[in-house]
Amino acid sequence: MKFRLRIWRQADPEADGEFVEYEIDGISESTSFLEMIDRLNEEITVRGEEPVAFDSDCREGICGMCSMVIDGRPHGPQSGGTTCQLYMRHFEDGALITIEPWRSAAFPLVRDLVVDRSAFDRVLQAGGYVTVHSGPKPDPNAVPIDPEIAEESLDAASCIGCGACVAACPNGAAMLYTAAKVSHLSLLPQGQPERYQRVQKMVDQMQEESFGSCRNYAECEANCPKEISIKFIGRMNRDYLRAVLKEPTDRRGPMGSQ
Amino acid sequence: MDLDPRLPEAPIEDMWRTHKEHMRLVGPRNRPNYRIIVVGSGLAGASAAASMAAMGYQVDCFCFQDSPRRAHSIAAQGGINAAKDYRNDGDSIYRLFADTQKGGDYRAREENVWRLAELSPQIIDQAVAQGVPFAREYGGMLANRSFGGVLVERTFYCRGETGQQLLLGACSALAAQIQSGGARMHTRTELLDVVVIEGRARGVVVRDLVTGAIRSHAADAVVLATGGYSNVYNLSTNAKGCNVTATWRAYKRGAGFANPCYNQIHPTCIPVAGEFQSKLTLMSESLRNDGRIWVPRTTGDLRAPGDIPEEERHYYLEERYPRFGNLVPRDVASRNAKQMCDQGLGVGPSGLGVYLDFRDAIRDHGKSVISARYENLFSMYERITGESPWSTPMRIYPAPHYTMGGLWVDYDLMTTVPGLFAIGEANFSDHGANRLGASSMMQCLADGYFIIPLTIGDYLSRHPYGDVDTDHAAFRDAEREVGQRIDRLVGVGGSSTVEALHRELGKLMWDHCGIARNADGLREAIQEIPSLRDRFWNDLKIVGSGEQLNQSLEHAGRLADFLEFGELMCRDALERNESSGCHFREEHQTEDGEALRDDVNFSHVSVWEHMGHESSPRMHKEPLHFNALPLAQRNYKT
Repeated sequence: MKFRLRIWRQADPEADGEFVEYEIDGISESTSFLEMIDRLNEEITVRGEEPVAFDSDCREGICGMCSMVIDGRPHGPQSGGTTCQLYMRHFEDGALITIEPWRSAAFPLVRDLVVDRSAFDRVLQAGGYVTVHSGPKPDPNAVPIDPEIAEESLDAASCIGCGACVAACPNGAAMLYTAAKVSHLSLLPQGQPERYQRVQKMVDQMQEESFGSCRNYAECEANCPKEISIKFIGRMNRDYLRAVLKEPTDRRGPMGSQ
Repeated sequence: MDLDPRLPEAPIEDMWRTHKEHMRLVGPRNRPNYRIIVVGSGLAGASAAASMAAMGYQVDCFCFQDSPRRAHSIAAQGGINAAKDYRNDGDSIYRLFADTQKGGDYRAREENVWRLAELSPQIIDQAVAQGVPFAREYGGMLANRSFGGVLVERTFYCRGETGQQLLLGACSALAAQIQSGGARMHTRTELLDVVVIEGRARGVVVRDLVTGAIRSHAADAVVLATGGYSNVYNLSTNAKGCNVTATWRAYKRGAGFANPCYNQIHPTCIPVAGEFQSKLTLMSESLRNDGRIWVPRTTGDLRAPGDIPEEERHYYLEERYPRFGNLVPRDVASRNAKQMCDQGLGVGPSGLGVYLDFRDAIRDHGKSVISARYENLFSMYERITGESPWSTPMRIYPAPHYTMGGLWVDYDLMTTVPGLFAIGEANFSDHGANRLGASSMMQCLADGYFIIPLTIGDYLSRHPYGDVDTDHAAFRDAEREVGQRIDRLVGVGGSSTVEALHRELGKLMWDHCGIARNADGLREAIQEIPSLRDRFWNDLKIVGSGEQLNQSLEHAGRLADFLEFGELMCRDALERNESSGCHFREEHQTEDGEALRDDVNFSHVSVWEHMGHESSPRMHKEPLHFNALPLAQRNYKT
């Protein structure tokens, strides 16, 4: 198979970026999209040009590192998967394919197709955890959990933190990501003691970053490689409302020697 | 080289408790004075960093990815073992210990294995407390499934993404510590050297992968949680970035490297489809609970699998190993698949594949039951191959997956360099010559949550804190060496890409040091690797500089280390003149092709010491003993 690739090239955040067109030939349909870019990079390296920088690691759709907008869609035309799980059999021979980085104010560009998603980590650090130290704990079967609840929690926890939801959203909102993280813990008994404080801290941090606000476009759900439902956004909003109506409490001082 | 494991004096079942009772402690007020570096943020690194920061130590954690959550532990699929005996099927700490020791073909230190089994139930308790949503039964109790090489159901799981959920648990604990200031996270930062001053590990030299800046960090102890080296084969189930650099740098600074030839070839991976493939995808071993493995009975049978009648299908694992059937340990399953393909019975376009068939399971249990167990794995397979496991059997073939070898550590998980610790896949300690399924995460979390936070205190309490900083000449020297090496890589100016050279190394290693090895092949590889290494240093082509994000340069640095390491791996495989676990020497097999150990001459850990660039490495031995579980030939047949 043969393709024409229009790829966004930008040396660093300050440099001007532009689309550069490349041609590639001899690609089999069992080649993955990223393997095609690998091939291209080898070819242009041999020609003495700098290879295209892009993020990827596990290449099996779970680490959440790969991040390309392909023909206008984060992770490309195939629903329910990441760029690394996209294979060339899904493209027409001879197609022109446009490849861009995630574009969002909250994800500053690093180089070419690589962006900085550390805003996601800061949202998580604001409260996306159950405070437990390492050490002996009660037997987990002492607190039975309805399997439906555990499964729903896992549906939310399946988020791989790739940022496609933000890249897909016309507003660049991070509601689906934050809602997935909040709902994973708020559904479980273990997440209850910090439930309202958690949602407040995480939403506040989300607003401090440069994410936009949610206008119910639902593009996030349509482009999520793990097909996480926007119902979790509704869940988070309900929790957030309850949290702000409650008397504010700041318990988030360092635990330890008290 | 001092290879005393420093075992506490107590019976094996009381050893860890006794050790904890007598080890030296650092008091809560003193802990913030000590600085600890943790390299790697997978299950071992994240759990260790979070636990030690929560105790009060100052922790700096490093990863080369853009977020700690992306470490490759995330990709573990099937589950995690624990000796809970929730199923009342005869499980116990002893049985998990014995299964692991036997699965490892009696090449692990049994005290460490016992401790692993002993800590396993606590890991589940810890993970559930963090909010890991393990599968539950209708009554709300935790569910279990079975894995290869055992006769009990002790594996806990979250669909096919147990690794992601456990890592999110550990990373959330780390996030809490980052938020409270106990831990500092350094993302997109790669370790390029370990700094040893007056015989103790005192810090690291790292490269900022975005700017190319080279920096030093000093500490009172360094913990390596940097995973395994399967990417020496180029194609493996590991993430693209997985590498041997950290442990190899440590080796060159004096840490002994143990059993490098023990690497596991996982039986259930999607077969290679083309020359430029970048990675192999694992299909969880849990599929072997319901899938039946077979090949056609006659060579050259080109019929579609569905057209081959029952009597012409060779269910070779079920026939050869009636007691364990398709759930034999990984090394046995991989070797049998290779034997079938070597006999010309392999399936698929390359002839390198066997069927994993769900037809009978779907018929017996119904589509909904099978879907609940494996839906995400089935859709992953279909996405990659374009074939649906609902209508045609999967095709699978073995692929490099996990490395049991690693840095030698004592009972406290300290390497032969005082102050340098290795945890998780980066060390050698618990899996012998073959790791059983669902036990890698168990080891990572036992090391990170429960062992290192205590044993590191014992070490630190014997030394004053903060008596070295990065102004020390050793840091300057290491920084200079790291910088020179990067300049050298960028400046070769040849014509071969790093990918092309890595493919060559991978092929060499797979052909000569793969599923089956022999002395001639290994000698050939030991001859050929140095010339490939010369070619690398004379013909490499890197475009761009070292002062920018340069992914080819990162890859080249890692490959340079693999090109040295691969040779050591072959040397170790040649030296170990027996078959044990995943290390199958064709010269040593039973009449029906099973691995034949030589317990008289090889009941030891082989530990390699770096003797400088001009000399060959020297091998030392840690003798193994077998008191809690006497030696026996592995038998998965009856």
